[in-house]
Amino acid sequence: MPYKHYILICAGTACESSHAQEIHDNFIKEIKDRQLESDVQVVKTGCFGFCEQGPIVKILPDNAFYVKLKPEDVKEIVDENIIKGRVVQRLLYSPKEDKGRHQMTDVANIDFYQKQFRIVLRNCGIIDPEKIDEYIARDGYKALEKVLFEMSPTQVIDEVSRSGLRGRGGAGFPTGLKWSFTQKTSSDVKYIVCNADEGDPGAYMDRSTLEGDPHSILEAMTIAGYAVGAHKGYIYIRAEYPLAIERLNIAIGQARDYGLLGEKILGSNFDFDIEIRLGAGAFVCGEETALLASVEGERGMPRPRPPFPAVKGLWGKPTVINNVETWANIPVIILKGASWFAKIGTERSKGTKVFALTGKINNSGLIEVPMGTTLREIIFDIGGGIKDGKQFKAAQTGGPSGGVIPAEFLDTPIDYDNLTAIGSMMGSGGMIVMDEDDCIVDITKFYLQFSVDESCGKCAPCRIGGYQLLNLLEKITSGRGEMADLNKLFKISQAMQKASLCGLGQTASNPVLSTMKYFGEEYQEHIQNNKCRARKCAQLLKFEILPEKCVKCGLCAKVCPVGAISGDREKGYVIDQAKCIRCGQCLERCKFKAITRG
Amino acid sequence: MGKLTLDDLRKMRESLKNEMDKRDGEKDIRIVVGMGTCGIAAGAKKTLEAFIEDLDKRSLKNVSVKQTGCMGNCNVEPTVEVFMPEMPATLYGNVSADVARKIVQKHILERTLLNDHIQDKPSIDIVKH
Repeated sequence: MPYKHYILICAGTACESSHAQEIHDNFIKEIKDRQLESDVQVVKTGCFGFCEQGPIVKILPDNAFYVKLKPEDVKEIVDENIIKGRVVQRLLYSPKEDKGRHQMTDVANIDFYQKQFRIVLRNCGIIDPEKIDEYIARDGYKALEKVLFEMSPTQVIDEVSRSGLRGRGGAGFPTGLKWSFTQKTSSDVKYIVCNADEGDPGAYMDRSTLEGDPHSILEAMTIAGYAVGAHKGYIYIRAEYPLAIERLNIAIGQARDYGLLGEKILGSNFDFDIEIRLGAGAFVCGEETALLASVEGERGMPRPRPPFPAVKGLWGKPTVINNVETWANIPVIILKGASWFAKIGTERSKGTKVFALTGKINNSGLIEVPMGTTLREIIFDIGGGIKDGKQFKAAQTGGPSGGVIPAEFLDTPIDYDNLTAIGSMMGSGGMIVMDEDDCIVDITKFYLQFSVDESCGKCAPCRIGGYQLLNLLEKITSGRGEMADLNKLFKISQAMQKASLCGLGQTASNPVLSTMKYFGEEYQEHIQNNKCRARKCAQLLKFEILPEKCVKCGLCAKVCPVGAISGDREKGYVIDQAKCIRCGQCLERCKFKAITRG
Repeated sequence: MGKLTLDDLRKMRESLKNEMDKRDGEKDIRIVVGMGTCGIAAGAKKTLEAFIEDLDKRSLKNVSVKQTGCMGNCNVEPTVEVFMPEMPATLYGNVSADVARKIVQKHILERTLLNDHIQDKPSIDIVKH
């Protein structure tokens, strides 16, 4: 006989340290006292998130989510919930503020605590991505049906426009407007392009979507083809994503077999087909004009805009180019309607956003939340807080084009406009969490290095400006910085923003500007005090031997790879700062904690 | 299967939906393994193989093993979800080949949940089908 109830007890680190074990034992005891062992199973689980609300217990199949439990609450839960079947209201999680996001009837039955809301990832982790039948069973290609047989192209574009969907690639241009430009431009040939050139460090939303639900992209591109009058689509994807490519190829083959791609789709008069174009993994090819150049077989370099691709794109023809996540929203918007979609999110940013949550966070993962969710909800509720109980320092969004969000903005609702206002950007959705051990100047240098490596070199502001910024940051992190360098950083950054040809150069200095704005004092510390508070910048560190703790064993002198430690077993040992390369070997090996790093 | 017409597609969707709803055919237990790049990198292929071998060894014919994309719980890959009658749908994390065999023994045969590997599902299906 299976059990009637399951008591899931969170055994994450935070809950364990706040009486979870005692609660677990109490449940076992109460269940045993009432001889319910054959009806109820008590199980320990992985972290639920919501660590600040711990200890957490969830009862199945009731789905009751109890928070901040005390060992003495256990008896009441067993008596009420398990025996009488009545949920103990006073112990349930209650969202403090909900801002009306979840008030729609459709989602009334969502468990509030989960906070996630899956539109883009609706099929990811549910269907077998290599089986078109499973996609069809979950209303796949139903939006295409509706569009081809019940809607005019203009109606389709109206629907997308009214939904308020904005481009998920980063800049947030209204998708419906983009489509209407292409529709209104008369041309014998038009194209649809999917930008799957995901390249931000730490971002993998698009890869996961393509790997988990490739048909949703094919369906959406076909819908756009119908709406703007295009018959050919290209998916530009980097060769570093072999599994996504394999699954896309399988999906395209299946869709062609079923007549969902090709001539006279579903017996209508509409023809559309899709091909894959592989990129070699250049970051700049995520910029739309560079991407189009690469599809054409040219070197992947941006072109001046205007003309915008919507009017003059691939081979000079009007081209709709959207990012993977943007496409994945389209079938749902068509099926559920623009007004359904427009109810989700904030006033000017509708729908949801997928984030790849990484860095110093307990529950790293792929999450999808309504626009307007705060950083605090993402990091502390869904992400389960910072690893090892450390302090939150900042979150980086938008990758090398974005900026940092410091702790003071933890409660700012995340949407396009708010992020831009605080000097970061939505970007494609990478979110890297940093703690007190991360040096802000060092992180900025990392992103600058990335942008310098990936700059195509076509325009001087980006090619030269980026390199100069990097040199200045290198100078500061190695202890040779001057206060005048801060002004130089600022001026070069501004020049790059104004004068660069494409998005890469225009945004490459964002990490510098945003970190100087919020963590200016860390820059100053590096320059004036030769101090890196996170102890990341090796050249600013100073290793010293404390004579009072040193037992004169000489191990440090033995392990020092450059012979910087001199002395003998009588007089003791000293580190020659001029020779020291700050490798930290001596500190690691000293058993008596006689070496300090400052 | 040849090219579909509108009617074909609609009929097909209905029958597929029924099939997925019923799940009372001979294979009424489903094990779904997250096989995105992330899952595979964490060893999901070995997990999948372990399930297939173990089920085969025990001649359990009513269990199907399937793959899916990323479930979103990157910190506990490989992830596996188990669906069976009279048991709550359960998401397991850190499922090595060893844990896979334990899931077959404990969850499927003994109908008890496995300690320490259960994860919370990130979200409930909100787009109704």
